[in-house]
Amino acid sequence: MTLVIGALTIGLILSLLSMGVWISFRVLRYCDITVDGSITLGASVVAILLVKGWSPWTATLVATLAGAAAGLVTGILHTRFKIQELLAGILVMTALYSVNLRVMGRSNVPLLDVETLASPMARLITRCSSNSDTLGVCGWQVPVQDAAMLVTVLLVTVAVALVIRWFLLTHIGTALRATGDNPQMVRAQGVNHRTMVVFGLASANGLVGMSGALLAQYQGFADVQMGIGMMVWGLASIIIGEALAGRTTPGLALCGAIMGTILFRLLVAIALRWGLNPNDLKMVTALFVFAALVLPDSVKSAMHRFFKRQHHA
Amino acid sequence: MLDLRQIRKTFFPDTPNEVQALCGIDLLIPEGTFAAIIGTNGSGKSTLLNAVAGAFELDQGGIHIDGREITTWPEYRRAGLIGRVFQNPFAGTAADMTIAENIALAMRRGCRRGFGLALHRTARAEIAERVRTLNLGLENRLDNPIGTLSGGQRQALTLLMATWRRPRLLLLDEHTAALDPKSAAQVAELTLTLIRQEKLTALMVTHSMQQAVQLPERIIMMHKGRVVRQYEGQEKDRVRAPDLLAAFDQVRRREQLDPAVAALLAKQYG
Repeated sequence: MTLVIGALTIGLILSLLSMGVWISFRVLRYCDITVDGSITLGASVVAILLVKGWSPWTATLVATLAGAAAGLVTGILHTRFKIQELLAGILVMTALYSVNLRVMGRSNVPLLDVETLASPMARLITRCSSNSDTLGVCGWQVPVQDAAMLVTVLLVTVAVALVIRWFLLTHIGTALRATGDNPQMVRAQGVNHRTMVVFGLASANGLVGMSGALLAQYQGFADVQMGIGMMVWGLASIIIGEALAGRTTPGLALCGAIMGTILFRLLVAIALRWGLNPNDLKMVTALFVFAALVLPDSVKSAMHRFFKRQHHA
Repeated sequence: MLDLRQIRKTFFPDTPNEVQALCGIDLLIPEGTFAAIIGTNGSGKSTLLNAVAGAFELDQGGIHIDGREITTWPEYRRAGLIGRVFQNPFAGTAADMTIAENIALAMRRGCRRGFGLALHRTARAEIAERVRTLNLGLENRLDNPIGTLSGGQRQALTLLMATWRRPRLLLLDEHTAALDPKSAAQVAELTLTLIRQEKLTALMVTHSMQQAVQLPERIIMMHKGRVVRQYEGQEKDRVRAPDLLAAFDQVRRREQLDPAVAALLAKQYG
């Protein structure tokens, strides 16, 4: 049960990251590697603010804005200074490593005995469960802290997904979606596509920053290395999500991103439980994304060749 | 009204690949006039349209629409005054978005885009009503991705989108060239209907001499970045496709002559 709750909580937290990656990768069709730095930025900003005694909500909001600022810089480097999209992301990601060290003052900030977003929920659950430290769920005893974090991130993730879905159906949201689809058409319809790219990347990285802030609060520390490979993680989740829910409408695609992240996290948790070396996790994730990107076309062309040969024979 | 004053554009200047695409073009298209631009490949027809649309900065000259100078306006700002239909039927629409969403984008052309829902009930009803006028049966497929439609259907929708909010100028860049003959004829007919109905000022690039003769009220012939001849009024009504082809040949022959001799011949024989 602990494995499931842990996987669900991390899955929900990282689904914010996946929604961010979905905005940049699928909506804007922009390969934004800033994500690897902005998730750590969100975590380090929230960690340092919580240690200083800020309210968890304010700290999370500031972390989200910090992530958005990172995306803003990438967008400006690409649109204003004509730097290639991948290079713009790499530049910002590299700079963020130093920024994160500066923010935290060291490579790791522990969050022991600080008020987090889940604390009010934990107090509420404790009060409802007669001041017990554990909560009975389907016959299993779950620590109140874990249950509180799960409920909090569930509420935050659902609220954020609903806001994004609503936004993508507005006039500006429709223009944002069209920007990735056909920039020439968007300009002909009077939309400044550069502003849209900058705005989209800022929103995407804001979500990633928020994900980092929640992750730091859940795992109880922020670490300067925690962002490595997160972009690929987001991609893997999106690919699984698209297989589950499709991507015909923004709502389905967002549901897919959330479900894909949770499922991927569960699969990872199970694989680790079965003895997968944690050091191999990033390589396995990268191989999965590679296979998911390449295999469908390879299988399709192999099938095509096979049937063509059969037809001629 | 479109007023072009001495517009010039050279691509790749001071390099071996230098191309003088527009060589000081002066052109006045009065309000409500439908003009066609014809010319050989590389004559500067599409470049002229792109210059008006703001796809690149001019080296020199000014562009005015209805008395407003738009020379320094970026492309997206000019879209508030200009409707465009591209040669490629896939260029004017966002393939993964639905028909209704594409049109919803066009409904706000030139307006501030806010946080209101793009497809509220009133907008949907209006879209269905206007799409029905195309007689393509698309009013029942508004929630289908526009990428699933044929080139002709997409071009008809692009035309509808370009004219949804009455543009001060409509630019048509060989918009029937990539379509099959039947679709091309339908789109050409729709073009004429919309232009006449809304009394639009329009500039159409075409390689089809038949279209140039039949559709517009004025023909502008371009060659090597210059306007070499214009047909309007009774002269336009009299001109036929073979006459235009003969005029092209004449321009080419004159080009091969010594400039002084060509000028003398032009003076003598027009």
